[in-house]
Amino acid sequence: MTRAELDRRKFLQIAAAAGAVTVFPDVEFSHAATEPQASGVVMHPVSLSVNGTVHQLQIDTRATLLDTLREQLQLFGTKKGCDHGQCGACTVHVNGRRVNSCLTLAVMHDGDQITTIEGLAQGEQLSPMQAAFVEHDGFQCGYCTPGQIMSATALLKEPCGPSDDDIRECMSGNICRCGAYPNILAAVKSVRKS
Amino acid sequence: MLPFDYAKAKNENDAMDRVRAPKAAFVAGGTTLIDLMKLNVMLPAMLVDINGLPLDKIESLPDGGLRIGAMVRNSDMAHHAEVIKRFPVLSQAVLAGASPQLRNMATTGGNLMQRTRCYYFRDTAYACNKRQPGSGCAAIDGFNRIHAVLGGSDQCIATHPSDMAVALVALDAVVHIKGSGGGERKVAAADFHLLPGKTPNKETVVEPGELITYVTIPNSKFAARSAYVKLRDRASYEFALASAAAALELQDNKIHTARLVLGGVATKPWRSPEAEHVLTGAAADEKTFHAAAEAAMKSATPHKYNGFKIELAKRAIMRALASAAQSKAEGQS
Repeated sequence: MTRAELDRRKFLQIAAAAGAVTVFPDVEFSHAATEPQASGVVMHPVSLSVNGTVHQLQIDTRATLLDTLREQLQLFGTKKGCDHGQCGACTVHVNGRRVNSCLTLAVMHDGDQITTIEGLAQGEQLSPMQAAFVEHDGFQCGYCTPGQIMSATALLKEPCGPSDDDIRECMSGNICRCGAYPNILAAVKSVRKS
Repeated sequence: MLPFDYAKAKNENDAMDRVRAPKAAFVAGGTTLIDLMKLNVMLPAMLVDINGLPLDKIESLPDGGLRIGAMVRNSDMAHHAEVIKRFPVLSQAVLAGASPQLRNMATTGGNLMQRTRCYYFRDTAYACNKRQPGSGCAAIDGFNRIHAVLGGSDQCIATHPSDMAVALVALDAVVHIKGSGGGERKVAAADFHLLPGKTPNKETVVEPGELITYVTIPNSKFAARSAYVKLRDRASYEFALASAAAALELQDNKIHTARLVLGGVATKPWRSPEAEHVLTGAAADEKTFHAAAEAAMKSATPHKYNGFKIELAKRAIMRALASAAQSKAEGQS
């Protein structure tokens, strides 16, 4: 992550918080932050292994795996698109299998091994699929890219046929509104070949 | 999303005990439930997580059938060698649904329990007898392009969204349900879902506190020669506008036994005895398939925007029957 991106994110978070205070009465905030019992919020312990690091968390039962990765663990690589399992931007691996992290609760993953886009590279060395997306220009705006790469990486171990149409079908759970599909297909093909 | 309590079930009995709590619900894959909880359409006060239960195996039965655990993920079922070879319509139907990610999450039991994609059901701003009994139906006089032309009532015309369930009905599958008293009952897949009638809020025979444990598929002479055709607004990752599951037992190029079940056009997985009657004893050719399609859709009732589904369903039926008839039926016993 570049310095500029970090600064933009921090700015947006501060701006959003400031904006929210003016919109909602203070009581709304105290519900979530300081009076969990009074508002009926249920906190639950969970141990998540994310990219090889174990995190002991006490979280709201309502928190999705996606929100927990982003808001609790500051792993912003996993993206929230539709938040309803219709776009694939939130794709992560749970115990080696790709899932939509927006449609599963973090409390349901006690002891599970979770891999996010941040867990693919070895230090500065991109994974083969990440490198292929760069090589084949498999993105435009980049928002769907982490989900695309997590899906494409999982696909390598799945029963997926050899044709271009087979790959398109196996990648159909990841929507790209820029329409970078031809280059995404080229990237996936190049890694499957090698 | 409203707050709720959560517990992970240690075993089947623990799950059954915990789900007795007020407004408790089981959560398996979560792909329907958590989606609808975010929309405030489903409002459980307690989630009992059954993901740890050992109901995740596909086993062969002595009669040559299969026993599929309720927690078997859709992807594992679709890619299972026996399912592909001997019950191809089931593999094809499951692979036609959702996306690889969702199929890795969604379970056999959960797929049976999934809720309609009617956009009025999914939006609490609209009247919906299914979501709130007695509130009315926004779809009947609304934009009803995706709605049912078969099995509707004056209370509800929402379609059943499952592909898997359509194939299970075609295969004479049986759903095994464990009751809160510990006993087990078996319900034919064809009888598992209910017509909306005056109670569209009641969608299946499952009562509060009951747990789906297995689905069994009997050995049959029509299962191996079977196919699923799904027509939709885009090539993949979309719910059916019309779909058909066909299974045929052929003898000397004549149809000895037939199963024809429709998806996407009816309020429940829609077996067509009318079409099966036309098919039985007839030659397996285009003329017969056309007559079967006409018979299946004869009683269809279009609404303002979904009349196209009647012709679309006929084409799905003819393609599914032709595909089943042409299949090699390698696993036929």
